[in-house]
Amino acid sequence: MNISIKNGRLIDPKNGIDARQDLFIADGRIAAVGQAPAGFVPEREIDAAGYVVCPGLIDLSARLPSLEAELACAAANGITTVVCPPDTRPVLDEPSLVERLIQRAEALGLARVLPLGALTKGLQGQTLASMAGLASAGCVAFSQASQPVTDLQSLYRAMQYAATYDFAVWLRPQDYQLAKDGVAHDGEMAARLGLAGIPVAAETVAIATLIELAKSTGVRLHLMRLSSAAGVAMVREAKARGVAVSCDVAAHHLHLAEEDIGYFNAQARFDPPLRSVADRAALRFGLAEGVIQAVCSDHTPMEADGKQVPFGEAEVGARGLELLLPLVLAWAREDGLSLGTALARVTSDAAAVIGRSDLGHLAVGAVADVCVFDAETEWTITPDAFTSVGRNSPLAGRTMSGRIQAVVAGGRLL
Amino acid sequence: MLTQSRLNPQLDAEGKLQHLLSTEGLPLPVITQILDTAESFLEVSDRDVKKVPLLRGKSVFNLFFENSTRTRTTFEIAAKRLSADVINLDVSRSSTAKGETLLDTIDNLCSMHADMFVVRHATSGAPFLIAEHLKRIGRDDIHVVNAGDGRHAHPTQGLLDMYTIRHYKKDFSNLTVAIVGDILHSRVARSDLHALRTLGCGEIRAIAPKTLLPGYLENLGVKVFHDMNEGLKDCDVVIMLRLQNERMNGALLPSAGEYFKRYGLTPEKLALAKPDAIVMHPGPMNRGVEIDSSVADGPQAVILNQVTFGIAVRMAVMGILAGN
Repeated sequence: MNISIKNGRLIDPKNGIDARQDLFIADGRIAAVGQAPAGFVPEREIDAAGYVVCPGLIDLSARLPSLEAELACAAANGITTVVCPPDTRPVLDEPSLVERLIQRAEALGLARVLPLGALTKGLQGQTLASMAGLASAGCVAFSQASQPVTDLQSLYRAMQYAATYDFAVWLRPQDYQLAKDGVAHDGEMAARLGLAGIPVAAETVAIATLIELAKSTGVRLHLMRLSSAAGVAMVREAKARGVAVSCDVAAHHLHLAEEDIGYFNAQARFDPPLRSVADRAALRFGLAEGVIQAVCSDHTPMEADGKQVPFGEAEVGARGLELLLPLVLAWAREDGLSLGTALARVTSDAAAVIGRSDLGHLAVGAVADVCVFDAETEWTITPDAFTSVGRNSPLAGRTMSGRIQAVVAGGRLL
Repeated sequence: MLTQSRLNPQLDAEGKLQHLLSTEGLPLPVITQILDTAESFLEVSDRDVKKVPLLRGKSVFNLFFENSTRTRTTFEIAAKRLSADVINLDVSRSSTAKGETLLDTIDNLCSMHADMFVVRHATSGAPFLIAEHLKRIGRDDIHVVNAGDGRHAHPTQGLLDMYTIRHYKKDFSNLTVAIVGDILHSRVARSDLHALRTLGCGEIRAIAPKTLLPGYLENLGVKVFHDMNEGLKDCDVVIMLRLQNERMNGALLPSAGEYFKRYGLTPEKLALAKPDAIVMHPGPMNRGVEIDSSVADGPQAVILNQVTFGIAVRMAVMGILAGN
């Protein structure tokens, strides 16, 4: 389908564009920017006057328990590529499961799913999963999701094996023993509320270990969801020393902190935990300077009863697909960053983490994933208006901006 | 950037006590009202007929999701002296064992026309969840009294401790109060700290090894000591905490013996405090672990009086809640 998107403010961070330009799409790819190609006849024309036109968003972590509902939600919120962690049911440790997931997603024609394969069978941390087979089936990297590899020798071997084929390994930097029993940041809130704490050391010890293992195995390492200032500092230093490491942060962690637990608000229970205001500031700064490459939604939908229990017994996480773009825009606005810098962290920089140079930008020949949104109009988060499973959000009542006007995924207007 | 109201959920819109969930955020006038009311109830227990009709016709449900004989009994006595009907539910052994969720249990009890829930739960924050749920289902006519939630709070114990201190020391402003022992896991310690702060206590000290202390105590206005000899110096009040058996021999402490040597309250250590210092303990005591018998039974100990005051304080809390 030939589509033209006209009169919008085109922001293409990777190619340094932030200007009023028209965009032309043909055969699922970007056909031209600025001037229509010779003989281009649009079947659909989108008038984007007053709106931002940017690459479709890439979410580096979203759980998709109901594939159709969540992918529809992703697409409706401008997210055209979703990286799915392997802690699905069943675990993504068999190539056939991965193939089926990708086929089902393709048949839906909404957002693209890029699965992470299990690093070890059943995420048990012992036997290597069939990484080569999983990669052929479409896995973009290998992960343990939130499960630890308790035996460091097993982790070392898994990284060596992954490095053999230049597969990237995505891990949550959290020492499972130091975090054991903990339900909140080991800070003032936990001290006051009598909640078992997860110390910052649980993150820094894990980062130190993972970086050393990555150095000695040569594996490409991606750290999922940093939570602390100390963690950001360690990654900054490792990068300065030339270690091949990237990292991301969850969107909620840019806006919430331990104090949002208030009086045991289970909606504010996250993994990693919401840490101090100073940690949040360091995450924002690290993201702005690019030490942290990407923002993910860490979308974790759940039924209401997951949160209708005392804080320490509640399930972790929140819905995030609806809020990825608004939370990124709010961060940019509050910290005085350009839209281009902010959007890079959910488009081109995220594409670089998954190693897909055809995604996350709008140069001629790139995959035609495009998001058109109204950056100005404000709205209030009302979880009851969420369309998919789960209403879990600690941000109910917050005012946001960023309303999707049109989404093109793989050249199809949704 | 707070999303949840910081308004204290135990106070209603007019600032009156609707539930007693924590001593944190309890305004000074409310604490004073509770202590003054308790004082007036103290003589009820000395009468031949130990009853006042304040809660006649009301049903108080003791919901103990965690076992406790002593606290449950004191609540039961307090409620009965107010003429309430008391229903004891040992939930730890019934509904939850059958897989019923906490809020399902609450919904069921609401249908039984409860007026007050006295809740003990092993998880911090459980009574807050119940109070919030009651509000959501439009049953905030039912009052919730926290009888101990996880490590978080045990507000009636905190208030009876304040009653005891006020009884013996009158004014808080010149007092030095030391809390000794397992503060990390202690809901009593947290309730004492917040109440002492609100009452304007001169100096609050915490004495324990680092494994038994939560972080950030300084932010709660507490001076931290690791040495009893320094920490007890010139104290007016010494609050000893119970050391749970399971914490004695493990990763937190090497042995009960070593703990007693360093942190057990002996007459020698107590001599470092002021001569008229009082010794308190929420009970049950571990003699020879955190406290020497000669101190526990000595002239400075007010531990049994705490129990008596405790009933009056619980009567006061229930009476005030029923009147609000």
